[in-house]
Amino acid sequence: MAVKLTLRNREFEVRPGMTLHSALEKLDILPESVLATRGGELILEDEILRDGDEVVLVAVISGGGA
Amino acid sequence: MKCRKCGQKASVNMRHHKLALCREHYLEWIPEQTERFIKKYRMFTRDEKVLVAVSGGKDSLALWDVLWRLGYQADGMYIALGIDGGFGYSSRSQQLTEKFAAERGLELHVVDMERDYGRSIPLLAESTHRGKGKPCSVCGLSKRHEMNRLARDLGYDVLATGHNLDDEAAVLFSNTLNWAGEYLIRQGPVLPESPGLARKVKPLCRFYEREMAAYSLLRGIEYIYEECPFAEGSTTIFYKELLNRLEEKQPGVKLSFYVKFLEARDGGLFTLTPEEAKAALHTCPSCGQPTSAPGKCTFCRMLDVVSGK
Repeated sequence: MAVKLTLRNREFEVRPGMTLHSALEKLDILPESVLATRGGELILEDEILRDGDEVVLVAVISGGGA
Repeated sequence: MKCRKCGQKASVNMRHHKLALCREHYLEWIPEQTERFIKKYRMFTRDEKVLVAVSGGKDSLALWDVLWRLGYQADGMYIALGIDGGFGYSSRSQQLTEKFAAERGLELHVVDMERDYGRSIPLLAESTHRGKGKPCSVCGLSKRHEMNRLARDLGYDVLATGHNLDDEAAVLFSNTLNWAGEYLIRQGPVLPESPGLARKVKPLCRFYEREMAAYSLLRGIEYIYEECPFAEGSTTIFYKELLNRLEEKQPGVKLSFYVKFLEARDGGLFTLTPEEAKAALHTCPSCGQPTSAPGKCTFCRMLDVVSGK
């Protein structure tokens, strides 16, 4: 088992037991550029990721207007 | 991490404020702070009619939601740009905006470029050969023109946009790299009204983009998540990423970059040259909006090219 993270159409996996911040650093994703949700709830960077967690990363940077 | 106000588990951590809040207190904090900035920068009062420019994105819908909750007289305007990108970008964002307004019983004015001017933004750009293959400059020009036209025609006192601090810091960064003094002196939370031009305000200019995304998520606002298909690789996004790399190492650097700029500007760091100060605006004979040179404004000249005049 592992921790699954998704950002838009990309999927990543990290080892359980690390913090969200460490996972983002490992994946070279800037924490400032995303919000993270697990089970629909926002989680913070100090959250320890557990085996089987599915984390959805929400990109927050936009550069256009609909 | 715990909420500073109640000690429950925090949902949002703002390192630049050394402040973590739970969902409930965060949803109170954003409107309270917005109110504070509206007053601090003297943007508008509850007696004035506000027109909120909404795109269907997180920032503008959050702004409209906050103003509505604060009890301001805030109607919305949406511009249907006709951008598809293979997934109905504009039509989806229009649907979300209309749903948002209907759920709250708010009034929404819609400008449809194709219906009102005969061409979508991408086609306008293509027909006029503006923008080096990208419609972004035509899009910006058209939005500025139409927002001002509607605000004036419908008698609104002020036009509010959802620009957040990351938007403002990216523009400031760009203008500083180019030492664009004429733009620097005009950048700020309020652009006062002048003959033919509605007052423009940015009530979210002190909130990080991440904070507004968190507000929309926690409030359950359904917004268009997909990026504009033409924004990919844009300079604005590149500058925002650079600034976020700085922010990661130095929490608060984006906020101080912007706030200290405003203080320096208000302290007289930038001044117009005598030529710039003397330069008067002219009135476009076609639409009546102000323009920097005699004759028709850029928007009307663009429409002339399309119609073959």
